[in-house]
Amino acid sequence: MERNVVTTDTELVISPAPHVSDQESVTSIMYGVVIALLPALIASMYFFRFRALWLVTITVGACIITEWVFQKLRGKPITIYDGSAIVTGMLLAFNLPPTMPSWMAVVGGVVAMTLGKHVFGGLGHNPFNPALVGRAFLLAAFPAAMITWTSPIDGVATVTPLVQMQMGRITSSYWDMFIGNVGGCLGETSALAILIGGLYLLYKRYIDWRIPVSYLGTVGIIALAFGQDPVFHWLAGGLMLGAFFMATDMVTSPITRKGKWLFGIGAGIVLMVIRLWGGYPEGVSYSILLMNGFTPLLDHVTRPRSYGEVKTRA
Amino acid sequence: MNSVRREFLKGLWDEHPTFRLLIGMCPTLAVTTAAANGLAMGLATTFVLVCSSVMISLMKNLIPKKVRIPCYIIIVATFVTIADMVLAANFPELHKVLGLFIPLIVVNCIILGRAEAYASKMPVFYSFIDALGMGLGITWGLTFLGVVREFLGMGTVFGAQILPATATSWVIFILPPGAFFTLGIVVGAMNQINYALARRKRERATGSITAHQAVQG
Repeated sequence: MERNVVTTDTELVISPAPHVSDQESVTSIMYGVVIALLPALIASMYFFRFRALWLVTITVGACIITEWVFQKLRGKPITIYDGSAIVTGMLLAFNLPPTMPSWMAVVGGVVAMTLGKHVFGGLGHNPFNPALVGRAFLLAAFPAAMITWTSPIDGVATVTPLVQMQMGRITSSYWDMFIGNVGGCLGETSALAILIGGLYLLYKRYIDWRIPVSYLGTVGIIALAFGQDPVFHWLAGGLMLGAFFMATDMVTSPITRKGKWLFGIGAGIVLMVIRLWGGYPEGVSYSILLMNGFTPLLDHVTRPRSYGEVKTRA
Repeated sequence: MNSVRREFLKGLWDEHPTFRLLIGMCPTLAVTTAAANGLAMGLATTFVLVCSSVMISLMKNLIPKKVRIPCYIIIVATFVTIADMVLAANFPELHKVLGLFIPLIVVNCIILGRAEAYASKMPVFYSFIDALGMGLGITWGLTFLGVVREFLGMGTVFGAQILPATATSWVIFILPPGAFFTLGIVVGAMNQINYALARRKRERATGSITAHQAVQG
């Protein structure tokens, strides 16, 4: 990839260091994330059939239309082509159970874009991951619809591996959980498909390895410490999807390396507290949302000292 | 008379305590799960606000400046106790729902705010008008929030079924997050309406000036 390309802008721009420019843009990164989400989409379409494609389509559509309407109303430039609405819509749909009524998915998309993103001023200004805001809203608004699970392919009522754990009897095998042949949200079940997309993002350097590693690592350590099976906790629920695609969101996660470590560790602790002692079987979305709230603080306390700066007494 | 009308109306819109000044948020967010609760809370607050404003205005020359806040609190607490007991005696079910938030009217910043900013400086009649306007402002505000939240959260308004009972209700609106969402959207909408009103006023003003100039020219 070509880096350090001089832009042809005739306008002179004065900006603080670092003065690195390359061909990556918001748009190219967002479409990169969409590409990375495709394996999970394909797996989801294989396991949940046409329903998955339908839910993803209407959620993405709702996000794009909401963004357009909101920006039109507020007289702001229209940014629906930068791909961020597509990413939000796909991630939100991946967080919905396959039986979700269509209109609820649309409501989730509208809420994600308005309350999650545009009330704060649009892309780059939102403190919380918009897709997770949409999911949290739906979980609070329509709890019954959000915890109705069907098994893949044949579509009969079932429960997720984490609910099995809560009930004390785990019947899903590692292999089923790894390839995604278990009950769950559309895009979260197949760890394999998510790993393929996640590795692509790591290869493209769109995400930093520190957040998934510290997040998954903390979950594994806590699981071991309390006599649980770490592999089960890695593969179950939305942890893989959250660790690679949602905790790593550039806007809502820390910029500093130390901050990223702390972010992942904090999210891991919150997640395991919810899974082991909380009322909900799953807590990936809440763990990431809570750590999103800490992101400005983490960036502040882990700000690296500039060269030659003397440590001042507080 | 004009100033009386202005003092009364400001609490209903321009200086609306909950939607414009954003004070008294605690009962606003907590009790507006249903229209009836919002209305009852609003009326109880209005009663306390009007009585204590009048009383404080009457006693403003007796109260030493340095201990005015404790004095206000004592006066307010008296009327809160009356409201609490009347509700408990006559509307025990409502009293159970509003519960802790009735005694908490004592520390509601709307009431101390009006006492400090208005009643302690203004004549009795004006204090009464101000308190009445503010109180009715709170009442319509809390009732409005209650109606919206009850309608979306349970499909009813004042307990009467509006949506068919089979319709999916949005539980989130009677939960705490729903209070924040509804309040935020109402405040935003009110700002938007005020911008539009101000713009129209400005346009009319400039419009009449150009018309005037045209006549002169």
